[in-house]
Amino acid sequence: MSCLQSASQTAGPYVHIGCTPSVAGLKDMYGGYDLGADIFPPNVPGRRIVIVGQVFDGTGDPVLDAMLEFWQADSNGRYGANGPSGGWARRAVDADAGRYRLETILPAATGEEAAHVKVWVVARGINLGLHTRIYFEDEPQGQDPILASIKDPSRRSSLIAQRSGGDGYIFNIHLQGEKETVFMNV
Amino acid sequence: MSDIRPFNSQDMSLQPPALTLDYRSSRLRAPSHKLLSLEHGPGELTGPTFGHDVIGPNDHDLIINYAAPGAAAIGEQIMVHGHLLDENARPVPQVLLEFWQANAGGRYRHKKDGYLAPLDPNFGGCGRTLTDEKGYFSFRTVRPGPYPWPNGGNDWRPAHIHFSCFGQGWAQRLITQMYFEGDPHIPLCPIVQTIADPQAIDRLTALLDMAHTVPMEFRAFRFDIVLRGRTSTRFENKLEGN
Repeated sequence: MSCLQSASQTAGPYVHIGCTPSVAGLKDMYGGYDLGADIFPPNVPGRRIVIVGQVFDGTGDPVLDAMLEFWQADSNGRYGANGPSGGWARRAVDADAGRYRLETILPAATGEEAAHVKVWVVARGINLGLHTRIYFEDEPQGQDPILASIKDPSRRSSLIAQRSGGDGYIFNIHLQGEKETVFMNV
Repeated sequence: MSDIRPFNSQDMSLQPPALTLDYRSSRLRAPSHKLLSLEHGPGELTGPTFGHDVIGPNDHDLIINYAAPGAAAIGEQIMVHGHLLDENARPVPQVLLEFWQANAGGRYRHKKDGYLAPLDPNFGGCGRTLTDEKGYFSFRTVRPGPYPWPNGGNDWRPAHIHFSCFGQGWAQRLITQMYFEGDPHIPLCPIVQTIADPQAIDRLTALLDMAHTVPMEFRAFRFDIVLRGRTSTRFENKLEGN
């Protein structure tokens, strides 16, 4: 017996109600805690980093209603090893400039894959959630199969977060246009 | 040990394309490059899991989960239930489902929704649950109202409930919408019609389920969701892949 995959539909502009209710204005829903607010337990070992960025549309305007999810390995290259949802986070971009901020730890490389954080982008106007990856400019990229498969250097650079002083990185997401981010059929 | 076989690839013939001109919001938000294909590594085959400790006792009852003590949301009371399955018809157990919707008048409790229909003080519009060991889920809510939206001048969304589905791996992550059988707005809606295959739309349409309807209390609607399955290791499928 087999079944056919359910089709995706846009998360729409009100995705926050279901996924980050406090951002929608439902302050007391689910005890006031939005799932995915913390990516790891506070005592997880690893180098603390902060990734910030914005989401932009095809005209370069910030996207103000996107939701991002992140999934990453820990500092030993293990997925899901730090509590049930450890390594997973969720952020609504802010309504003023489409900004997000993720405080996390630097993931380790796993096998051939260089250190990276997986990102899933949903929003009004996105019919099927978009997968991408954040790599780090000052981490070795070795034989990473994704990076190696992108021949155009400007396209490849869309996946690489730039160091920005201290423990910070900047990673912007361009849904369309000249600086379009590389998205993946996962 | 968790199952580490890769997931089947996404069946793009069943999925809406990124650029759908009649749904105007997609015009500036659709990537123009082809998606880059990817082999599944450890991070695509695993994903976050959630236990019962994160779920409150009323999280799956939208009629009361935002209501004052003793009060209830206004609207037609319904139960939505079904199974979360994969393409191999295997249940997807113990995964998180989240729902959100407009109230019975078609108004969302969201600071950006300015539709003239009133908010219901006893309705928040979100809920969540874990599938059981058979992939089964159910929740109570009120049937959401249709509402107008700025797209082509006179576009109305069919009544719908948004679903966020985790699976057993990151590659299965899905957000979709559930519609109601018989809604005349389904064929008129530019968002629904981003899906080219009419049968794929039918599979997002919940059916009235009289067998689970409780007389004098609520009607039941049946909605099954299918996530990608894992590839078979059987020989004939290997041949097919060559």
